[in-house]
Amino acid sequence: MALRLTALAIVDSFAVLLLSLLIRDRLWLLAAILLLTTLMVNAINLSDRLYPLRWMSPAIAVIMLLVLYPILFTVYSAFTNYSDGHLLTKAQSINRIEQDTYLPKGGVTYSWAAYRADDGEIILWLIGGEGQGYLARPNEPLQSATPGASGVGGADENGFPVSIEGYTRLALVDILPILDSTLAPLEFGEPPLTIKISTIREAAQRQQRYVYDSEQDAIADQSTGITYFADEDQGYFTSETGDSLNPGYQVVVGFRNFQRLLNSPALRGPFLLVFGWTIAFAFLSVVSTFALGLFLALIYNNAFFPGKKFVRALLILPYAIPGIIGILIWRGMLNQHFGVIAASMLDWFGWSPGWFTDPTWAKVGILLVNLWLGFPYMMLVCGGALQAIPNDIYEAAEVDGAGVFQRFWNITMPLLLVSVGPLLIASFTFNFNNFSVIYAYNEGLPPIPNTATPAGYTDILISYTFRLAFQAGRGADYGYANAITIAIFVIVASITLFQYRFMGMWEEVSKNV
Amino acid sequence: MSDHAATIEAIAKPEKAARKPTPRHRRGYLFRLVVSIVALVFALFPIIWIVSAAFNPSSNMANQSLVPPNASLANFEELLNNPLHPFWLWMWNSVKIATITSVLSVFITALTAYAFSRFRFRGRQPLLVTILLIQVFPNLLTMVALFLFLRQIGEYFPSFGLNSHGGLILVYLGAQMGINIWLMKGYFDSIPRDIDESAAVDGATHWQTFWKLIFPLVRPVLAVVGVLVFVGTFNEFILANVLLRSTEQFTLMVGLYLFVTENFQQQWGVFAAGAIIGAVPTVVIYLLLQDYIVSGLTVGAVKG
Repeated sequence: MALRLTALAIVDSFAVLLLSLLIRDRLWLLAAILLLTTLMVNAINLSDRLYPLRWMSPAIAVIMLLVLYPILFTVYSAFTNYSDGHLLTKAQSINRIEQDTYLPKGGVTYSWAAYRADDGEIILWLIGGEGQGYLARPNEPLQSATPGASGVGGADENGFPVSIEGYTRLALVDILPILDSTLAPLEFGEPPLTIKISTIREAAQRQQRYVYDSEQDAIADQSTGITYFADEDQGYFTSETGDSLNPGYQVVVGFRNFQRLLNSPALRGPFLLVFGWTIAFAFLSVVSTFALGLFLALIYNNAFFPGKKFVRALLILPYAIPGIIGILIWRGMLNQHFGVIAASMLDWFGWSPGWFTDPTWAKVGILLVNLWLGFPYMMLVCGGALQAIPNDIYEAAEVDGAGVFQRFWNITMPLLLVSVGPLLIASFTFNFNNFSVIYAYNEGLPPIPNTATPAGYTDILISYTFRLAFQAGRGADYGYANAITIAIFVIVASITLFQYRFMGMWEEVSKNV
Repeated sequence: MSDHAATIEAIAKPEKAARKPTPRHRRGYLFRLVVSIVALVFALFPIIWIVSAAFNPSSNMANQSLVPPNASLANFEELLNNPLHPFWLWMWNSVKIATITSVLSVFITALTAYAFSRFRFRGRQPLLVTILLIQVFPNLLTMVALFLFLRQIGEYFPSFGLNSHGGLILVYLGAQMGINIWLMKGYFDSIPRDIDESAAVDGATHWQTFWKLIFPLVRPVLAVVGVLVFVGTFNEFILANVLLRSTEQFTLMVGLYLFVTENFQQQWGVFAAGAIIGAVPTVVIYLLLQDYIVSGLTVGAVKG
C-alpha cells in the first residue's frame, strides 16, 4: 500500500514536471494525452471500485503514450502543413522571429578589444563614446568595468586593459584572419539587446528587429517599417508584397495534403508508380513464397525420405537468421562486378544484370531475396496444415480415379486455404509494409528521374513515406508524409477487417473475450 | 462423394504397410532427392558463402572463393579490434536493449493479462477489443510521429530522447504489447480458477495469489513471450536506424548496415564475421525452440 502510493507519487511528480514543460512549449496534444493518462493512472490506483484496472496501469500508460499518441499525432499532422519551415507552433515561431536583431542607424557604438580564454571563449572589452569601459560576454548583460580593477590589468594608451585574468589579449595580427569568420558572427550581451563587431574598430549595439503586435496579429519590422500579417492559411507572416518571414508556423490545412496526393500531377505520378509496385511486391512475395513453401511441404508430406527432418531443419535456416543480415548477405552476393552471383554470371554468360541500378532487375532481386527470406515460413505453415488433412480423402479420390493434379486442385488446395488463407492475407499486409527488405536491399533506389518529390523505382509506400519525412531534398514534409501514412493505414486496415470478417476471426475473438 | 463413401470404405484399405520400394516410389524418391538438393543449395548457399567469406584472410569481395585458402581468423580480429566499428559495444547495446525490453514487456503484459483473465469488471470486453484494434495500426507506420515525439521528449529528458536507448526501449515496449496481452490472457485462462478461489479462502491477497501461485504456473508462456520479444527486438532494424544517431549508440543491426554503406567490397570479410556472430543468438534460439515457434507461427506471427 505504502509502496504503491510512493510509486504513484514519484510517477505523478514526473508527470507534472513534464506537463509543465509541455504547456510552456504549447504542445497541447501531447499535454492532453499525458494529463489524461496521469488522471487515469491516479484514478485506478486510488479508487477501490477500479481495482482490476490497477493491474493494468503500466500497460495503459505505455499504450496511451507510445501507441495511441503517435497514432493521434499522425492523424492530426496529416491535416497540417507540418514540415521543414513549419516545425514550430505560432508562439514559438514569433518567439524565434523576435530574436532577430538589426543595427539601427545612429545606434550606440563602441570601440573594442578581444580577449581569448584557453578554452577558446572570446570576450570583448568595450569603450563607449563617453569613455566608460564594459566587459561583454555572450549571453550575459554588459558589465561596466575599469582597467586596474581586480583581475584586470592596467590600461594601454587606448584605454584597453593589457590583460584580463584567465584570458589573453588578441593582437591585431591574431584578429585579422578570424575577423569575418569567427568574430563577426559572435553576439555579446543579453538578447535581444546584443553587441556585435561591425568593423575592425567598431562594435555596435543591435536592436530587436521584429516586434509582434497581438492585437493586429502582425509583426512589424523596425528597420524597414514593413508590417507582416499572419497568414493562417499558409502558416507564415506575410507582407503585402508577398514576402514572408522565416520560420513559418504550423497551421491546420484541412484536406490539402490529401488533395495534393490526388490532384497534383507532379505528386500523383510517383505516388501511383510506388503504389502499383507496393501491390505487386506484396502480391508476388506472397505467391512466390507460398508456392515454393507449399511445393516443398508437399514433397516431404507423408513421403518416405531418409533424413527428411534434417533436410527440413536446414531449409528453415534462412528463417532463423535475422532478416536484415540475410538481406545484407544477398546485397553482397549480388554486388555489381565483385559479388559472387554477378561475377559468376559475367564468367559464364559475359553479362550480368544491374541488380541495383536497373529498375526491373532491382525489383527481381528484391523478390528473390524476399523469397529466400519467406519460403521457410510458408513451408512450416503448409507442412502443419497438410498434416491436418485426413489421408482417407486422398485414398477415396484415388479410387475414384483422380490424378495427382486433380487431387491437388480439388482436395489439397481448398482444404489448405481454409487454414492457411488468413496467414496468406497476414503475409500480404506484412509485406505491404515490409520496409526493411526494401531499405536494406537498395534504399528504394534506383531513383525515378524528374519527380517533384524524390522517389525510387523499388520504393514501396512506407519507404516513400520515410523518404518524404527524412530524406526529402527540399526539406522534410511531415504533413504530406503522414497523409500517405493514413492512406496506407486505410488500405491495410480494410484488408485486415476483411480478413477478420471473412475468416470468422471476429467470432473467435469474441469467444475468447 | 458421399454416395461413394460406403463403397470406398469397403474397398480402400489403409496402405500404411506399403512402404516397399516400387518403381513408382523409386522415381518419387529420385525426384525428392533432386528437389531437396536444389532447395538446399538455394537456402544454404548464401550462408555457406558468408561463412567462407568470414574465414577468408582477404576481406575483399573480389578475392573470395568457396573454400578459402589459408583460412584464418583475420576478419574476426579486424572486426573486434578496429576502433572504427565498436562491434562489442553494438552487441552489448543490442543485448541490453533486447533484455530490458523483454523483461519489462513480460512483466507488464503478465500483470495485465492476469487482470483480464481473473477479474470481471465493467468495460472489460470493450477494453480487450480496443487493445487488439489499436494494434492494427502497425507501429512502423507511426515512425515519423515516434521520431518527433522522442525528439521533443529529448529536449527535456535526454536519456529518453532521440539517440537514447531509453527512448528506443519505450518504443519497442509499445510495439507488441497488444498481441502479447492476448497471447498471455489465453494461457492464463487455461489455469483453473479453483487455485485462485482456494487461495482466497486461505486469506491470500490477489497479489500473493498472482505472485506465489499463478506466476510459477504460467512460466512457459512467459518464457515464450519473453523469447519472442527478445528475438524481435534484437533483430529490429528500421526503428533503431531512424531513432539512433551516433555510432556508439547503434544496435548490432544498425551497426552491420554501416559496413554495407561504406566500402562494402573491401569490408566484405569483416562484415561476414560480424554477420555470423550477430546471427548466432537468434539461430540458436530458433533451433532450440523450433517446436514452440512452429506452433506460434499459426497464431499469426509473421517474421520481420
